[in-house]
Amino acid sequence: MIDKEVASVAEAVADIFDGATVMIGGFGEAGSPIELIHALIDLGATDLTVVNNNTGNGEVGLAALLKAGQVSKMICSHPRSTNSTVFPDLYRSGRTALELVPQGTLAERIRAGGAGIPAFYTPTAVGTPLEEGMERRSFDGRDYLLARGLSADFALIKGRSADRHGNVVYNKTARNFSPLMAMAAKTTIVQVSSVVPAGEIDPEVVVTPGIFVSRVVAVADPAHESVLVAEGVSYP
Amino acid sequence: MSERSARVGLTRDEMAKRCALDIPDGAYVNLGIGIPEGVATHLSKSREVIFHTENGLLGMGPPPEVGAGDPELINAGKHQVTANPGAAYFHHADSFAMVRGGHLDLCVLGTMQVSASGDLANWSTGAPNAIPAVGGAMDLVAGVKTVYVITQHTTHDGEPKLVESCSYPLTGVGVVDRIYTDLAVIEVVEEGFRVVELSPGVSFEYVQERTGARL
Repeated sequence: MIDKEVASVAEAVADIFDGATVMIGGFGEAGSPIELIHALIDLGATDLTVVNNNTGNGEVGLAALLKAGQVSKMICSHPRSTNSTVFPDLYRSGRTALELVPQGTLAERIRAGGAGIPAFYTPTAVGTPLEEGMERRSFDGRDYLLARGLSADFALIKGRSADRHGNVVYNKTARNFSPLMAMAAKTTIVQVSSVVPAGEIDPEVVVTPGIFVSRVVAVADPAHESVLVAEGVSYP
Repeated sequence: MSERSARVGLTRDEMAKRCALDIPDGAYVNLGIGIPEGVATHLSKSREVIFHTENGLLGMGPPPEVGAGDPELINAGKHQVTANPGAAYFHHADSFAMVRGGHLDLCVLGTMQVSASGDLANWSTGAPNAIPAVGGAMDLVAGVKTVYVITQHTTHDGEPKLVESCSYPLTGVGVVDRIYTDLAVIEVVEEGFRVVELSPGVSFEYVQERTGARL
């Protein structure tokens, strides 16, 4: 019988290894799997390459993972934050490298990585500094840049609910990159507010089909980054 | 600059209001962070416009009542919003398919500089110690059919933001269609900047003196 549910966030992330590439869902705090990230901090895996749109806020979640010195490289579109100096300090001191990717190109690179597409042409960034190192080609009189698909060893994502097969539905704009990352990682780990019996999620509304999901863990009352930041929480 | 403190031209809110007049009924529109966000509040009730936010929502509504928001229902500026009746959520690849695939009619962005050939520079000053952050700006200008820019005509130091060619790193080449400033509405045409409308009490010469290219 297929049952992807595991008992704890610690168990869910236990095999993340030093040097792994980890995609982390979320756009700002929406969809950020804070409890899984904190479990990764507890685990202590280092030299990680992390893919996320941003670089976290305050000293919780992704910002805390960065602060713990576990991330050697960030791949993201918008590493600035109004209320965190964690990444800027690491970047300026050379301790964490940055690969800056336009947001739509980042999303499509992840989608391609999960869909067996090694590279694709995009009109985004033609004639800008971010074109550097990319092959340019003209189609039908317009220039495009060749972008590579992006895959990962692990994806950490947050859903609203899932079943034992790993079918996932999300909450509002918390969906963002997560369905793409679920496809692009060898091992996809999903935290959800509730694990429901198979059949309870209408097949018509499943967003991430279970084939893309390796593990499901229930986090009944997930923390919100903005609340933790307002409370001045610093993890661990 | 003492001249700047004299009340000449439109306020930020009036610029957003002026731009809102040019947003057609039925348009699918993406609004950038800053002054462009204000455009939504000035739309005529007689027009139905669908707002797209690139983090995964079509049919974005106004901010929620205090205490009624959901931290997972936000816009690209990471502020809480609401979803109007008829709204849809989607993931980032679909969102940027809407952007790059030419499905959005219009986007309204802020800027640091615009060139006479419509080049836009709005993501980085290129300063060596700055943290570079691009977000979705390059995708929007590459894919959205019409690109409007709202900006103060000059910088805080009085330097022109409308220039012959941008000195800041580009976001896109030849992408801007129209510019709404505190002093004028300006179109980018084959020959360069063309003044469509002057703000009340502002002369052509006044605008020309504050523009880094011939109007």
